[in-house]
Amino acid sequence: MNKKLSDNTRGLIKLTVLRIIVYAILIFLTALCLFFFYLMVINASRSNAQLATGFTLLPKENFLKNLVNAWNDSSINIPRGMLNSLIIALSSAVLTTYFSALTAYAIHAYDFKGKRAVFTFIIAVMMIPAQVSALGFVQMMNKLHLTNSYIPLIIPSIAAPVVFFYMKQYMESVLPLDVIDAARVDGSGEFRTFNTIVLPMLKPAIAVQMIFSFVSSWNNYFVPALLLDKAEMKTVPIMIAQLRSADYSKFDMGKVYMFILLAILPVMITYIFLSKSIIKGVTAGSVKG
Amino acid sequence: MSKKKTEENGALKSVSYAKWGYIFIIPFFVVYIFFTLVPQFLTIYNSFFESYRIGLEQVGPNYVGLENYRTLFSADSDGIILVLKYTFNTMWLWILGAVPQFVIALLLAIFFTSYRLNIKGQGFFKTVIYMPNLIMAAAFSMLFFTLFSRVGPIQALLEEWGWIDASFDFFSKRVTVRGMIALMNFLMWFGNTTIVLMAGIMGIDQSLFESATIDGANSVQVFFRVTMPLLMPIFVYCLITAMIGGIQMFDVPQVLTNGKGVPNEMTRTLVMYLNGYLTNKNYGMAGAISVFIFVITGILSGFVYKRLSAPYKDKTRLHRRRKGDVI
Repeated sequence: MNKKLSDNTRGLIKLTVLRIIVYAILIFLTALCLFFFYLMVINASRSNAQLATGFTLLPKENFLKNLVNAWNDSSINIPRGMLNSLIIALSSAVLTTYFSALTAYAIHAYDFKGKRAVFTFIIAVMMIPAQVSALGFVQMMNKLHLTNSYIPLIIPSIAAPVVFFYMKQYMESVLPLDVIDAARVDGSGEFRTFNTIVLPMLKPAIAVQMIFSFVSSWNNYFVPALLLDKAEMKTVPIMIAQLRSADYSKFDMGKVYMFILLAILPVMITYIFLSKSIIKGVTAGSVKG
Repeated sequence: MSKKKTEENGALKSVSYAKWGYIFIIPFFVVYIFFTLVPQFLTIYNSFFESYRIGLEQVGPNYVGLENYRTLFSADSDGIILVLKYTFNTMWLWILGAVPQFVIALLLAIFFTSYRLNIKGQGFFKTVIYMPNLIMAAAFSMLFFTLFSRVGPIQALLEEWGWIDASFDFFSKRVTVRGMIALMNFLMWFGNTTIVLMAGIMGIDQSLFESATIDGANSVQVFFRVTMPLLMPIFVYCLITAMIGGIQMFDVPQVLTNGKGVPNEMTRTLVMYLNGYLTNKNYGMAGAISVFIFVITGILSGFVYKRLSAPYKDKTRLHRRRKGDVI
C-alpha cells in the first residue's frame, strides 16, 4: 500500500515536471513567433535617429508620424499598392470559391461520361506550381497585351484544383443528393438549384476558402512581379521587394518598418477575428478522405 | 422512349442531367487550358529554342534541339554546374528549415493531443504558432533584412552583449544567411504542420492508445509502436507537400538577398535562377530550367496524387448511382 502511494506521488511529480517543460517549450516558441513582429511594431514607432541608437523593447512616440510619412511617400505609393492588391485578392477570392464549388458540384451531383478522367486530371495537376508554366504564361500575356493588367492575375483563379478538391470533400459530408432531387421536383432549374440551394449550404467552406485565397493572392509575388511594371499598377509585395533593392542608406528606417507593417496588416486583422475558422480550415483536404 | 412516355411513368429521375455536369465544368477547363495548360506546353516548346537578348538586340528564336539542356547541365568556366549548385542550395535551405519544422511539429502535436498532459490554452498557442504562415513572405523577409542588417537592432544587441564585434555581418557568411532563411521557413511552416499532424493523431482510434497503456506500454513505446505507424501516411503526405513547396522557394531568399543569393550565390535557389532568366528574357534557358523543375515536382506529385485519389478508387464514391439514373 505504502509503495503504491509513493509510486503515485512519483508519477505525479514526473507529470508536473513534464508539464513545466512542455509549457516552457510552448512559451519559447510563442515568444519566437511574436518577437520579430513585436520588434517591427516597436521600430515602426521610432524615428530614424532613434532607430540608429540600436535595440529597444519599448515603443516611442513617432508611430503616427511614420504612418503619415509612409502613406504619403512619393516613390512607394503604398495606399495605391494596397488598393491594387485588395482589388486582385478580393476578385480572386470570389471567383475561385464560386467556380471551384461549381466544378466540384458537377463532379458531385452528376454522372457523365469521362467524369472519372476529369476528376483524376484535376487531382493529378493539383501540385504543379505556377512557376513551371510562368514562362509561357508571361509570353502569352505579352502577346495579348495583358501585361500591366489585372486580368491575368484574377481570371486564372477560376481554375484552382486545391479549392476544387476541398469543395468536393466538403460536399461529400454536407450535401445529400436527395436535396437536389427535391429541388428538381419543385421545378427548380439545375443552375438555379446550385445558386440558391447548394451555395448557401456550402457557406462555411466558401468562407474558409475565400480567406485562404485572399491571403495567398495578397501575398503573391512571383507572377505579378513578372507582369506588372507600371508604378500605379504594382501590388504590395512588389513594392516591398522594391524597397529592398532601393538605395538603403537614403531611407528613413522608421518608414521602412511602417511599410512592412502596412503590408501585413490586412491579413493580420482578418486573422485576429477569424483565427478559429482559419485554423479549422488548415486540416481539411489533407487529413480527411 | 419518348419524352411524353417518361413523364407518364412519373419517372422524373430518368431524365438525363449529364449535360449539366459538362456545362458546369466548362469554366474550369476553359480557364485551365488557356492560362495553365497552353502556357505549360509553350514553356516546354521554348526550351528547344535559342532566344535571348543582347542589349536591345533579340537573338532567335531559332530551333536548337537539346542545346539549352546541354548548356544547363554543363560546367561553367569555374567547373561548376550551376543548376546543380542551385538545386543543392535549395535542398539545403529546405532541409535546414524542415528538420526542426517536423521535429517540433510532431512534439507539439503529441503534447496537444495528450490526455495526460492536458495542456491549457491550446487555442492561444495554436493561433500564435500558425500566424506566421499567413504573413507575406516578401514582407517577412524584408523585416528580417532590416532587423539583421549592419545597422539593425539585432546586430546592435549582440554587439552590446559582446557576442559579435562591429565587423560582423550577417549577410557575409553562408551559415548565417542560410540560417536566417531556414529560421524564416521554420517559423512560417511549423504551426501549419503541427495542426495537420494533430488532426492526424486525433483521427487515430483512441482505444488503441488505451489498450496499449493497459498492456503496460510507456509513452515512448506508445509513440513508436502505435502513434507513429498509424500517423505515417499523413506524416509522409505532409513531408512531400513540404518538399514540393521547398522546390518553389523564392520569395524569402529573393527579397532577403535582393536576388543575389549572397554570399557568393550560396543561397540562390532554383526558382531564383529561373526568375533571373525570365527577367533577362532568355526564354530558351528559362524554358529548360522550367522543365527541370517541372520534372522534379512531377515525380513528387505522384505521391500526393496516390494519397488523395486512393479513397476514390472505389467507384461508388465518385459515381453515386441512384435508382433510375440515366448516364
